[in-house]
Amino acid sequence: MRRLAIFAPLFLALSGCSGNWGWYVVDPTTTSGMNNLKFLIGGAYYTILLSVTAITFSVIIGLLVALPGLSDKRGWRAFNRGYVEVVRAVPILVLILWVYYGLPTLTGITLSVFWAGVLALALSDSAFQAEIFRAGIQSIDKGQYEAAQSISLTYRDTMRYVILPQAIRRILPALGNQLVYMLKMSSLVSVIGMQELTRKANELVVVEYRPLEIYTILVLEYLVLILIVSAGVRWLERRMAQADA
Amino acid sequence: MTDGPIIEMRNVSKFFGPFQALKDVSIDVHLGERVVVCGPSGSGKSTLIRCINRLEAHESGDIVVDGVTLTNDPASLEKIRGAVGMVFQQFNLFPHLTVLENLTLGPRRVLGLSEDDAKARAMTYLDRVQIPDQAGKYPRQLSGGQQQRVAIARSLCMEPRILLFDEPTSALDPEMIAEVLDVMTELAATGMTMIVVTHEMGFARKVADKMVFMDKGEIVEVGAPDDVFNAPKSQRFGTFLNQILNH
Repeated sequence: MRRLAIFAPLFLALSGCSGNWGWYVVDPTTTSGMNNLKFLIGGAYYTILLSVTAITFSVIIGLLVALPGLSDKRGWRAFNRGYVEVVRAVPILVLILWVYYGLPTLTGITLSVFWAGVLALALSDSAFQAEIFRAGIQSIDKGQYEAAQSISLTYRDTMRYVILPQAIRRILPALGNQLVYMLKMSSLVSVIGMQELTRKANELVVVEYRPLEIYTILVLEYLVLILIVSAGVRWLERRMAQADA
Repeated sequence: MTDGPIIEMRNVSKFFGPFQALKDVSIDVHLGERVVVCGPSGSGKSTLIRCINRLEAHESGDIVVDGVTLTNDPASLEKIRGAVGMVFQQFNLFPHLTVLENLTLGPRRVLGLSEDDAKARAMTYLDRVQIPDQAGKYPRQLSGGQQQRVAIARSLCMEPRILLFDEPTSALDPEMIAEVLDVMTELAATGMTMIVVTHEMGFARKVADKMVFMDKGEIVEVGAPDDVFNAPKSQRFGTFLNQILNH
């Protein structure tokens, strides 16, 4: 709230200081301004849905890629390194274009804009998730595995009940970071026509010729979303710390 | 001791890189026997018991536990780990689980007990180690001595035939050693087969059927505690006893 209180006066100050500003395009007291605002904010639905779906998949893929990286078999570790190095090297925008325009030619399967976006974002992020999970799992004491082995737990149960619950607590701040990152990178999916926040802003700019005001609103939209996510992650961290105490 | 030994180690060797931790070690342990293993640090005593449930894999020789030869075959490994419990120097409790959850995890996931049965069993063994009132707490809320007793109860919940102790009191403050040794002494009285790596010679004298002294990866001396303490046959054991008893 305090942060918002700083931005509100700034907003007003900027609007008053120059004749070049045209806040009327997003003035909620006029009908057209209100409609424009609604149009812009309407993109939030897909921005959120896209980011949340993509991060869910990227966490799952990341974990599945991280586990072979911890194997004592060289082949599995090589798979992990290969995946991380290759996927991490592809720019997200390039991956989005490749998945949407290239993949159908290669596989014959045409993905909707939404699922192409999810796939590209999830793949791209999964390489980072894999590294985060690997670091988190490696930070758990060897004695925990030995204790699990000594009571005959299977590898799966050891991971599920002993190692991952501890590892996830440790990597929670990093996972929060990735979610923020994902929200921002979802703006790139606008290039293939996803009707999310950035696409909506672009479309309105073309109609209204007021890029400064509309993109400022766009900046604020992302800011609000990300502040909410940050607060949520911090709340989760506190709650887990309490369970620990 | 009509049937054969429950643990049989024949000419077992184990290397860590170029370092040989176990040199051609052979030993038998019978059902109900209490064996105390001592020796200077780096002598291979921890490695010896860690080989028994394959926390370490030996390179040569044979280990037969409860009639099953120890190999990398998952089925035989599962069988042996089911028969062998282990208590660690650093307790290795699961910090994110309560005491009760630490105890019920194995019985529920491995033995297939229902939640109620697993809880009932856990409470039985928490009673045995005299801390039933701590069931709902997390490990870090307990003293070291209490944590180690929980760890003993966690092993007992799997109802093993053999219990291995890897320096169970070495990480404890002096005033907590007695409470853990008391629990172990009671356990010995129930007829549990135990192999204990420890420097607690008072405990060894009281509880052990067999003393094993190791040095530099070899078993140097084996015998009844009274015999070996009063008249150590080897000079190395004599020197070791002097070092730990006279300071």
